[in-house]
Amino acid sequence: MTNNMRTVALFAGMAVLLIGTGMVQGWNTALLVLNMGLISAIMSLGVNLQWGFAGLFNVGVMGFVALGGLATVLVAMAPVGEAWAAGGLRVLAGLALGAATIVGMVLMAKRMAAGRTRTIAMIAWLIVGFFLYRAVFDGGVGAVEAIDPAATGYLGGLGLPVLLAWPVGGVLAAGAAWIIGKTALGLRSDYLAIATLGIAEIVIAVMKNEDWLARGVKNVIGIPRPVPYEVDLQQSESFVERAAGLGMDPTYASTIFVKLSYGVLFTIVLVILLWMAQSALHSPWGRMMRAIRDNETAAEAMGKDVTRRHLQIFILGSAVCGIAGAMMTTLDGQLTPGTYQPLRFTFLIWVMMIVGGSGNNFGAVLGGMLIWWLWVMVEPMGLSFIQFITSGMAEDSGLRAHLLDSAAHMRLMTMGLILILVLRFSPRGLIPEK
Amino acid sequence: MIDFLNGLVALTNFVIIPATAYGAQLAIGALGVTLIYGILRFSNFAHGDTMAFGTMATILVTWWFQSMGLSLGFLPTALLALPFGIAATAALVLFTDKTVYQFYRRQKAKPVILVIVSMGVMFVLNGVVRFIIGVDDQNFNNGERFIITAREFKQMTGLSEGLAFKTSQGLTIVTAVIVVAVLFWFLNKTRTGKSMRAFSDNEDLALLSGINPDRVVMVTWLIVAALATVAGTLYGLDKSFKPFTYLQLLLPIFASAIVGGLGSPLGAIAGGFVIAFSEVTITYAWKKVLTYWAPESLEPSGLMQLLSTDYKFAVSFAILVVVLLFKPTGLFKGKSV
Repeated sequence: MTNNMRTVALFAGMAVLLIGTGMVQGWNTALLVLNMGLISAIMSLGVNLQWGFAGLFNVGVMGFVALGGLATVLVAMAPVGEAWAAGGLRVLAGLALGAATIVGMVLMAKRMAAGRTRTIAMIAWLIVGFFLYRAVFDGGVGAVEAIDPAATGYLGGLGLPVLLAWPVGGVLAAGAAWIIGKTALGLRSDYLAIATLGIAEIVIAVMKNEDWLARGVKNVIGIPRPVPYEVDLQQSESFVERAAGLGMDPTYASTIFVKLSYGVLFTIVLVILLWMAQSALHSPWGRMMRAIRDNETAAEAMGKDVTRRHLQIFILGSAVCGIAGAMMTTLDGQLTPGTYQPLRFTFLIWVMMIVGGSGNNFGAVLGGMLIWWLWVMVEPMGLSFIQFITSGMAEDSGLRAHLLDSAAHMRLMTMGLILILVLRFSPRGLIPEK
Repeated sequence: MIDFLNGLVALTNFVIIPATAYGAQLAIGALGVTLIYGILRFSNFAHGDTMAFGTMATILVTWWFQSMGLSLGFLPTALLALPFGIAATAALVLFTDKTVYQFYRRQKAKPVILVIVSMGVMFVLNGVVRFIIGVDDQNFNNGERFIITAREFKQMTGLSEGLAFKTSQGLTIVTAVIVVAVLFWFLNKTRTGKSMRAFSDNEDLALLSGINPDRVVMVTWLIVAALATVAGTLYGLDKSFKPFTYLQLLLPIFASAIVGGLGSPLGAIAGGFVIAFSEVTITYAWKKVLTYWAPESLEPSGLMQLLSTDYKFAVSFAILVVVLLFKPTGLFKGKSV
């Protein structure tokens, strides 16, 4: 069987899985799985750019996804006028001072001759800059957060259409990636891993604690949607008529319609990104990337600027993850920083990419959809499995209750086992790189 | 003078003692990471969850002992259970090595592949721990809580500042000293320890001189299991046990190991204390100490806290970045693969 046939067959299999889910568990569930699967596929595509094309080990996917989510709030929520009046400019001025401090440090490190003078000057600059920044910034934050903290207490966004947040999410993630890449790329691969792991935790810490930015753990809810609301659809006469024409209950039809619209939007984004990734893979640029991945020394000897190329693809891959993050927050309609967990948003994406086939874009997409489907399905499967093996035990047995309670954690074990087994027996994944 | 003493006591109470205890916990954790890096040559992402597993095993045995009425007087029962926890963890890591890592070692796979494999192990261990003990906080410290309480200290010295010294902190420091002493004695004086260092320095040369690699690897895993369990249990006694925090400990532990120089045991210890002291001093609200020390006119109005405690990860990370930029092999000249 040729590789193309295999790809088609595997995607057909994935479709069968989703349709089967629809028939057994209802179409609402199937579409939910499909929509998150499409988003996961995009994340997996982003990681594949970094690892599959260039061999960069990024375990900070969660941070980039979260930045994308933040972009949704910053773009789509209505601005809080009072908060801006109270301290918005002061907050911005504080941030500018902070940025100026860091830029000054970097300039000093680059321009001044190494020696004691430079060290002292840099430390002095840092201390002065830090206290100035805190003095300006803290007052502004206090003022902003005091404005109706139960409902707003933050600056709000720009009030623009939410679809605009998707590219902005990509840009935010790309910016963060640029900063990390500038410092950690060119060092050893393990260091990049630890650096990305760290930055992801920091991004989450900032989003949890900086209430003026996106309300922290108080969450931002009611983010505008790019698709109509179910309630509006149910009240629109033409929609009810059309639903009746198809023999569907209007409430049910509206939920399906909304999910389908999301699905169409996500598919469009996925297809565009996939097309771009495919063209990149087959372009001279893609060949150069793979050459660098396979033998850095040889590529460098051929005159390729390895660090620069790495930085480039690191930024691109992170941007893709940021776009996916913005899409996910749009789908959820809310930003909840407390729910970002590394196992779910970093390591699971890695499982997707490895299982699908690193280095192959179609593989990454398939892995994203398949592993997401499994992630959702393993929980009920695990529960029925535990019910089956405990069915012989006494009703009031403590062990049985404990096992049933813990069944939800089966999915972590399953994902780990899948990763280990795939790496052992089929390290090139379901759809291997050619 | 009294003010100065009061300030000193406050500093010891809120910064020096907690940071020392935390530093010791990080150091023992980082020793495990650094040993695996030195001998097996990969960054083990499953280390945090190995610690969680070891702690969980210790907690389970502790509960069993408690139900039998065993105790160590003013010391926590967990100390008695520790050897059993270590044994369970040792069995676990040897099992994962046989079933998972060995294959890639034989293949001479690239280190980064082993890192990805260790991610898989991390997932499984995380699931196992949550499956067995659940996700909630478990407090299993049943010994005397304090060696010195703040009130006793005030009565003893007549100062207005109290100094509390928790049993778990004292225990951590004492255990850390013993563990480190035994480890260094083992690495420097015994035949097996020397062969481990030789293997870490130059694998080919070590193999040529007849060192059995399988034995070196096995001994390494055994030591790592002991270190991970001790570090995890001490951390759990000092704070509390929650599977998720152990996953998050991975970052400061890796930062410690890298700051010290990956592969260098001495560096891991130094790194642990560097990270712990910076985390605590930067996130501590200095107001209390400064009101004692600064002249009346300069008394601070704010909390004098450089960063909120939620940003402690940012501190480990910032130190990590600074060290990587200026001294990429770490403070103690680690190796770079």
